[in-house]
Amino acid sequence: MIYYPTVVTPTSLEEVYELLAERGRRAKIIAGGTDLMVALNANSLAAKEFIDIWRLNELRGIDDEGETIRIGALTTYTQLIRSPLIQLSVPALVDASQTVGAIQIQNRGTIGGNIVNASPAGDSLPVLSAFDAEVEIGSVRGVRKVSFNNFYTGYRQTVMEPDEVLLAARLRKLNPNERSFFLKVGTRRAQAISKVVMAVKAGTTGAEVNSISIALGSVAPVVVRAFRTESLLTNAILNATIIEQARSTVSQEITPITDVRSTEHYRRTVTGNALARVLWRLI
Amino acid sequence: MKINFEINGVVREIDAPPMKRLLDVLREDLCLTGAKEGCGEGECGACSVIVDGEVINSCLAPICQLQGANVLTVEGLSRDGRLDPLQQAFLECGAAQCGICTPGMLISARSLLDVNPHPTREEIRAAIAGNLCRCTGYIKIIDAIERTAKTNDLLSHSRYADQP
Amino acid sequence: MAVGQNVLRKEGFEKLTGAARYVDDITLEGMLFGKTIRSRIPRGRVKAINFDPEFDWSRVVIADYRDIPGENYVALIENDQPLLAETEIRHCEEPILLIAAESKHEAEIAARHIAIEYEEAPPLLTIEEALGCDEIIYGSDNVFKNFLIARGDVGEGFRQADHIITGEYRVPHQEQLYIETQGMIAIPGKDSLTLMGSMQCPYYVHKAIKQLFKLSDEQAIVIQTTTGGGFGGKEEYPSMIAAHAALLAHKARRPVKMIYDRAEDIAATPKRHPGIIRHRTGVTSDGRLVANEIDIVFDGGAYATLSSVVLSRGAIHSPGPYRCENVRITARAVATNTPPNGAFRGFGAPQVTFAYEMQMEKIAAELGLDPLELRRVNMLREGDVTATGQRLNWSVGSEDVLNATVENSGYVEKRRKISQYSSGPKRRGIGLSFFFHGAGFTGSGEAKMKAQAGVEITPEGRARVLTGSTEIGQGTRTIFCQIVAEELGVGYDDVEIEEPNTSRVPDSGPTVASRTCMIVGRVVQFAAREAKEILLRFVAERFGEADAQLIDGWFLAGGKRLASFGETVREYINLYGQLGAFAHYANPPGVEWDDDTYTGDAYPVFSYGAEVAEVEVDLDTYEVTTLKITTAQDIGRAIHPVMAAGQIEGGTLQAVGYGLLEELVWERGRVVNNRLTNYIIPTSLDAPEMETIIIEKEYPHGPFGAKGVGELPMDGAAPAIAAAIFNATGAFMSDIPITPERLMTAIENMSAPRAIDNPDQQ
Repeated sequence: MIYYPTVVTPTSLEEVYELLAERGRRAKIIAGGTDLMVALNANSLAAKEFIDIWRLNELRGIDDEGETIRIGALTTYTQLIRSPLIQLSVPALVDASQTVGAIQIQNRGTIGGNIVNASPAGDSLPVLSAFDAEVEIGSVRGVRKVSFNNFYTGYRQTVMEPDEVLLAARLRKLNPNERSFFLKVGTRRAQAISKVVMAVKAGTTGAEVNSISIALGSVAPVVVRAFRTESLLTNAILNATIIEQARSTVSQEITPITDVRSTEHYRRTVTGNALARVLWRLI
Repeated sequence: MKINFEINGVVREIDAPPMKRLLDVLREDLCLTGAKEGCGEGECGACSVIVDGEVINSCLAPICQLQGANVLTVEGLSRDGRLDPLQQAFLECGAAQCGICTPGMLISARSLLDVNPHPTREEIRAAIAGNLCRCTGYIKIIDAIERTAKTNDLLSHSRYADQP
Repeated sequence: MAVGQNVLRKEGFEKLTGAARYVDDITLEGMLFGKTIRSRIPRGRVKAINFDPEFDWSRVVIADYRDIPGENYVALIENDQPLLAETEIRHCEEPILLIAAESKHEAEIAARHIAIEYEEAPPLLTIEEALGCDEIIYGSDNVFKNFLIARGDVGEGFRQADHIITGEYRVPHQEQLYIETQGMIAIPGKDSLTLMGSMQCPYYVHKAIKQLFKLSDEQAIVIQTTTGGGFGGKEEYPSMIAAHAALLAHKARRPVKMIYDRAEDIAATPKRHPGIIRHRTGVTSDGRLVANEIDIVFDGGAYATLSSVVLSRGAIHSPGPYRCENVRITARAVATNTPPNGAFRGFGAPQVTFAYEMQMEKIAAELGLDPLELRRVNMLREGDVTATGQRLNWSVGSEDVLNATVENSGYVEKRRKISQYSSGPKRRGIGLSFFFHGAGFTGSGEAKMKAQAGVEITPEGRARVLTGSTEIGQGTRTIFCQIVAEELGVGYDDVEIEEPNTSRVPDSGPTVASRTCMIVGRVVQFAAREAKEILLRFVAERFGEADAQLIDGWFLAGGKRLASFGETVREYINLYGQLGAFAHYANPPGVEWDDDTYTGDAYPVFSYGAEVAEVEVDLDTYEVTTLKITTAQDIGRAIHPVMAAGQIEGGTLQAVGYGLLEELVWERGRVVNNRLTNYIIPTSLDAPEMETIIIEKEYPHGPFGAKGVGELPMDGAAPAIAAAIFNATGAFMSDIPITPERLMTAIENMSAPRAIDNPDQQ
């Protein structure tokens, strides 16, 4: 970085709120730094002031709330991978966390960072979307909850105000008849940005789909749900025909692009194939 | 900003801009040039160090977050000028060629063996997946870590386990 | 003794403790930090350079082409590449200005206060555009160099053929991706200039600096620091960064350090030459090659640099290790407005090897022949003659490597049963490649170079190797000490090697071309032998014996100990002041090359390799997993078996990257994936398990039988993997890298059904 930004290190959430109220428009929050420091090192981030929340333990913790789990924003991928609660009740999030970067990144990268960084390729985001997560956002004005699927308003844009900080994500645990799946196709087997990333949560009785959510990353400016495909599959009996229809529908539903990593055609086709593979596993 | 932290068993105080990278503090303020810059973006792992028991990319950690932390770098592995078993295994197996990835590789390996003393070759591969090597094809690095794990097994079963 | 033993790496301790000093680890008092201002356009002119008047320019030193004391070019072959652009721009990232400041930050800030105005001209960005000649950017036809190699009569050969098979193969740029980026420190002296940094060839830098700064041999001092990987990427480029640092140091009268960050390194430095290689092959029905017509076009980038030599090696290797009486090879290197391409391990051979091996696969498939049998029928054996008319007189391990690879991999059995290993959308495949690599400089290169090396013995009885050859991870320091230890009969630990400093070591030629062990190692051996002879004669005379022997540190005559090595050395040095010897390289008798007709012994000897790759292709995602690679490589003699295997494994993985993962993505002449997130090299999870078999078909003129190993491993993996993918899916891939996107398109376009009926499975 060319200029060293200044840093304040608040020791309580109240202090964070006050700082944000005062300078939230110009100061950036930094947690594990695995996204922000890359930008600073590349001189592509102009922020001159940072609010360092790394040591704010109030934002840590994975809490069992009975039917839901509350994951503090500063929870790292390593913590998610090692959490018996997450392993049992949101296994797709363990799978997603294991595909993020490599161990060094997993030890410092946080789920909160993944959410607010708002990359369409964020690996945890399809899981949060498929699980209809809720995010908790705090400021001097109080705490509000936003449905994760309403959190993004456009490419790298969120509903968060400059004076707000992400506190936690909350999701429902899997019901007994539900399973979750995560699939990522990256540029290589580790340290890879996804070309296609998908999370599916489905409740079945035998081959009948009671409920299904399909969330996709890297195929649109934001993480998206494949609502048309979900409609097609809800209450359907899974068989070869319907799986083929689902493959085709999901491919048509998304708007992938050709970029430095992959092509539109590949993303469309592989998204369809990935869903088909998951659906076959449900039968 | 004044930061106090423990580095390779010694408590040090440094004065640096709070957003200065841990990598630069190590290399410039502390003259510990073992950790290297290979990419500046957390991809190559040549800057890997262990902070509070976890391996991280020091090129992505601002020094303000290291207050009171416990840091281990490659310079802290050997004692009294003798290689530790992991370093010795690397040497004997030919796991270091040009050597630039070696400090980071040793750190990731050490971190793995601290948590998982009996890793499979697949687990070793996963543990070093954040350390890029262009010289070796990784084979002899994996061999060396595997050998160290086996040596540790032998030592821990021997009655000389407590001796240095 | 020492040779053939897995002694500990000479500089291993420092590398393992973090004590090894790479150039960026070095800080000198008063040191400034340098930065290069580069062109943003691929072709045109610099109209104006504007320095922001608001900036305090007294804090920085700026240098441009007018500050160069000598002539504005970087000495190499054609000397057509300027150190700094004057007005004409020929490629993106072409260096224009240099800045030195107190810190990296200040240099970066200063750079942002410089604005360059350009007048753009239409660039040529691909081989097709260069050949199309809509613009002329070099000579009269955009061709840097062309070669013709002809033998027999291809016309007649095609008439004899039962089948004629054509193929066109495309290979991309590839980035060397040494984990240590380019870096250099320049230190101005009273009337000297010292360069220290990351490099493979101190004497290349020396030659360039002397010319640019009008210095004598002694005034220019070049020192190699511990170098974190080269792979050819630090063969010629260090001369450029060294001269840049030197120009700033010269002007500022202070030391200057320049270290590239990864983005600049990938964007601006030389890459592997991309190419289009066309084959037209005439074969008989039983698979004998009777006519081989090959056309090669390589993209040299904006300046000639090393293209003629890359092209030459490519052309010579292009028919592969196969017999064919009628051969015609045409080869051209063309100019484009892209950064000049240069050396990368293999140097033309990986490109043409992919082509000739895929052509063999194609021939086998079209004729319904077994690919292994096709290799056996045509392979070169001892006594055979190559396309340049070279009779292979010695050390031909072709059959040995093929047999060993096939046997150890279980190729035949696995290929027969391969579809049994497939399940669901995952298809298994197994494929083979067979290849060779000439060791040493092409043609008359070594004869002209006369590489020098020396061995001196210190009063303490230690031997010290003096050579300009460098350690870049491949083991130079270790194996030279082993060779000397073996030759002198002393312990490996009693041999050391001098720092590669041009004021202290002779020019052994560059550390390239798989020549360091075979050529320079031989010279080192002779120098050690000569030093030993001096002592033997001394001892014989001293003790009045007819002759003496040196065994295990003792001089003996008639089985009786006369004196120890150490005593004798002390005595000799007391009397004569110093003890040592130099030797220089000469080709073995009978090795002849004609530069005019381009015929004869292209290399003193070839190394041979065979490779079997096992892959699994996921037909949902089209990802290819390389499960295992088995390779046998004939390297004459493994001076250090573990290090030799390390070379094979490392080169093989680079070739896996070449075949599956790595390519540069360009937009209007600029690289857009110049970061490690987007230029994809294999991680440990992408790397296959490997089984390496070293075959030792001794080369009588190499040190203890050794020939080249450095580049051979780069040649085989890409075609072996492509052959395995062909076996798994039926998709014949003639372009690399075989990314999932390309494989998907190929499979979709296949007229044959996706479930492969394995022709091998009866």
